Amino acid sequence: MRRAVRRSGLFALVLLGALPLVAQSTIPNGPGVKPVIAIRNATIVPVSSAPIANGTIVFANGVITAVGRDVEVPTGAKVIDGTGLSVYPGLMDAGSSVGLVEVDSVPGTVDTAELGDFNPNASAIVAVNPHSEVIPVTRVNGVTHVVTVPGGGIVSGQSAVIQLAGWTNDEMALVTPAAMNIRFPRLRSRPLVDAPDDEAEKERKKGYTRSIDGLRLLFRNAQAYAKAADAREKEKSIRRFDRDLTLEALVPVVEGRVPVVMHAELERDIRAALAFADEFKLKVILAGAQDVARVVSDLKSRSIPVILGPILSLPQREDDPYDLLFANAKVLHDNGIRFAIQTSDAHNSRNLPYHAGSCAAFGLPKEEALKSITLYPAEIFGLADRLGSLEPGKLANVIVTDGDPLEIRTNVLRVFIGGEEMPMDSRHTLLYEKFRNRPAGTLRVE
Amino acid sequence: MRTTARNACLAAVLAATTSLVAQEPTTLIRNATVLTITRGTVENGSVLIRGSKIAAVGKDLAAPAGARVIDATGRYVMPGIIDSHSHTAVDGSVNEISLPNTGMVRIADAMTATDISAYRQLAGGTTMALILHGSANAIGGQSQIAKWKWGRPVSEWIVAGAPRTIKFALGENPKSANFRPPEGQPRQYPSTRMGVEEVVRKSFVDARDYLASWDEYEAKRKRGEAAIPPRRDLLMETMADILRGNIDVHAHGYRADELLMLIDLADEMGFTIRELQHVLEGYKIAPEIAKHGAGAGTFIDWWGYKAEAYDAIPYNVALMVRNGVLTSVNSDSDELARHLNHDAAKAMKYGGLTEEEALRLITINPARQLRLDARLGSLEAGKDADLAIWNGHPLSTYSRVETTFIEGEVYFDRSEDLARREQMRKEKEQLLEKEAEAQKKEKEEKKDA
Repeated sequence: MRRAVRRSGLFALVLLGALPLVAQSTIPNGPGVKPVIAIRNATIVPVSSAPIANGTIVFANGVITAVGRDVEVPTGAKVIDGTGLSVYPGLMDAGSSVGLVEVDSVPGTVDTAELGDFNPNASAIVAVNPHSEVIPVTRVNGVTHVVTVPGGGIVSGQSAVIQLAGWTNDEMALVTPAAMNIRFPRLRSRPLVDAPDDEAEKERKKGYTRSIDGLRLLFRNAQAYAKAADAREKEKSIRRFDRDLTLEALVPVVEGRVPVVMHAELERDIRAALAFADEFKLKVILAGAQDVARVVSDLKSRSIPVILGPILSLPQREDDPYDLLFANAKVLHDNGIRFAIQTSDAHNSRNLPYHAGSCAAFGLPKEEALKSITLYPAEIFGLADRLGSLEPGKLANVIVTDGDPLEIRTNVLRVFIGGEEMPMDSRHTLLYEKFRNRPAGTLRVE
Repeated sequence: MRTTARNACLAAVLAATTSLVAQEPTTLIRNATVLTITRGTVENGSVLIRGSKIAAVGKDLAAPAGARVIDATGRYVMPGIIDSHSHTAVDGSVNEISLPNTGMVRIADAMTATDISAYRQLAGGTTMALILHGSANAIGGQSQIAKWKWGRPVSEWIVAGAPRTIKFALGENPKSANFRPPEGQPRQYPSTRMGVEEVVRKSFVDARDYLASWDEYEAKRKRGEAAIPPRRDLLMETMADILRGNIDVHAHGYRADELLMLIDLADEMGFTIRELQHVLEGYKIAPEIAKHGAGAGTFIDWWGYKAEAYDAIPYNVALMVRNGVLTSVNSDSDELARHLNHDAAKAMKYGGLTEEEALRLITINPARQLRLDARLGSLEAGKDADLAIWNGHPLSTYSRVETTFIEGEVYFDRSEDLARREQMRKEKEQLLEKEAEAQKKEKEEKKDA
């Protein structure tokens, strides 16, 4: 059941806040106790409004209660002096596989892609390992929540927005399903290499048509299933029919309640994906989209948001401009199209801010680059009432830094998730400390 | 008469040569923040390039007559980034996988000048790389140091006089842990770290025997005795050249135990590993690496992609540097090679290297590992004019490269690149039309026939 629920995070947090202190461990997973915390004398960057010099932010019970220059610190609050420091909202990766993979080459630790082409009922949250070493590694660099996305096949399954803290995957879930993920079939055609009547070319086209037909059939069946379910809901005398979990998972999608993330890179595939979305009246988000600059007018006229990235990856065609992926964000910004950034990574989801920074190196205003990994992904996934900026009433996913988090040299000093301060440890810091302190005497005597 | 004519001819040639020298293209980059790497930072500095070399670096350099002057106000100049682990510009597979030791093959024989990655790397300020074989076997083949002279024949990419190098590989890859041979084919030896050690050890033992056979032959010959020369063996020649110090070993490895194994073996065989490649657990044995004298070329971010990379930490670089290991960060990736500046900056974040130490990781340190630091890796008079002009500090995420030079010539210029795009698009369109017509014609001719 929990999969279908948009969790009321606030409710859960208030409940948990009332619990006694949980057992200490080196790397607590939170959410645990949520004291009243005030960070003072810091540069507060709410993202949704102008930065506040010498500002104060207060959060209690996991929720931001005040942000501003003249904010009264409640008595009993834990006060953190933020002199010389900056406070930002926690960063959000709009597409990752955090929690689904531990070691890529060890199949037993990888739960990213199910077999077969159509797996709408595969749900990422089911397979998220709350104790993955990837989670603290990602968290200590300021990424506090991510969309974790199944891969593989054509309909890969349901993504979830998870916060990077929690003792169970249920505690981590912020939105699930966040979206249905379709890796739109790619038309692979090589007009310059093969003659048009080439057998391999014909086979490729046949395979492509088969995939599209299969996808269309699935969605038609889902529409019919939704109609039948709806009819039986209203009229119990209609004969009961067996449940079909595959089609059931698509009901909220064909009814437009759950968005579809269409993963497509090249122009013709993007256009085919958008046409498919139109045909079934889907609420669509475009992802990947290397060729996004070629479909700007279509996106604009239909207000389709885009998840760009990974930005730090190669253009697919050798004659593409070298900066194609760096420059796309500016094109979207100039055209008023909403976008967020994804890493499509697990182990290096932590580098999210540098994907955004690379867009700023190629023309995207820096403030927009910051929004593309905070406020915009929250808006795209329907979370902007709870996350994405530092505003009273929002969850206290907050980071404290010694500078601009999009700059690599900046250090993230503190991370709060749901108002709880996270330890700054990870597998990496622990190994670092261990071997930094390796006694010199252990050097072998020759 | 004849002598006079010859003298006149000689004089003419001399005159031509002299005027050529005088007309050597000269470029002055001025008003830049110059990151020399080895001699600090020069604010409002200039770099004078004459021909293929840096003629001077300083504060107030005058522009010689006829020099091209680039005003770099607000910009940064740094040496071209050197990537000590690349597979760019290799045509086809990087693995000659058929034997556990294929040290006789050379990557230079499979290089291509048409890999667009080289150009893309120029756009990220990278000018030179060590091109290596893959890691499918314990000894993969001889590597090649090359510069990304995009637009020139591949013979000109090869750095003349650069040391000869060879790729070794340890751990999961040479023991075929993560891939299986095609259906019906047997697995290939070795399949354990024990076997990998044996392959390397046996290769050197054989090479010593090979050298001994030649020594015996030479001794006999010197004594005037009848002697039959041993049969020449290209693999044994290669292994012998490692022992003679004529080929530098660059060894791929991850786990501390396998790295130590090779260090011990090298000590025993009497050679020094020039550079441990990847060396993700180098931080666990940094004192031992430093003691052996090996360099280390590593990554910041690559962890968790296989079991042997699960203990990789971004602090590896800092811990090795602090233990006195000559360390570089390299790419092993056409993508990462475009922004190695990011990874240099991460070494400041993870473990607290200074800005200069961070920049060294991608310039003078790899140059030293490739034993080309007398010619490359810093901005100093007399060195190759391989450098890039950045629009901001190269350790900032917000910076990008404007112009990249190799040996004084511009191989990437962002404004030229932007200006050329429309023309390239049209050209592509025309080519596609032409090809479509040709195919149509061919089809019709077939029908007629």
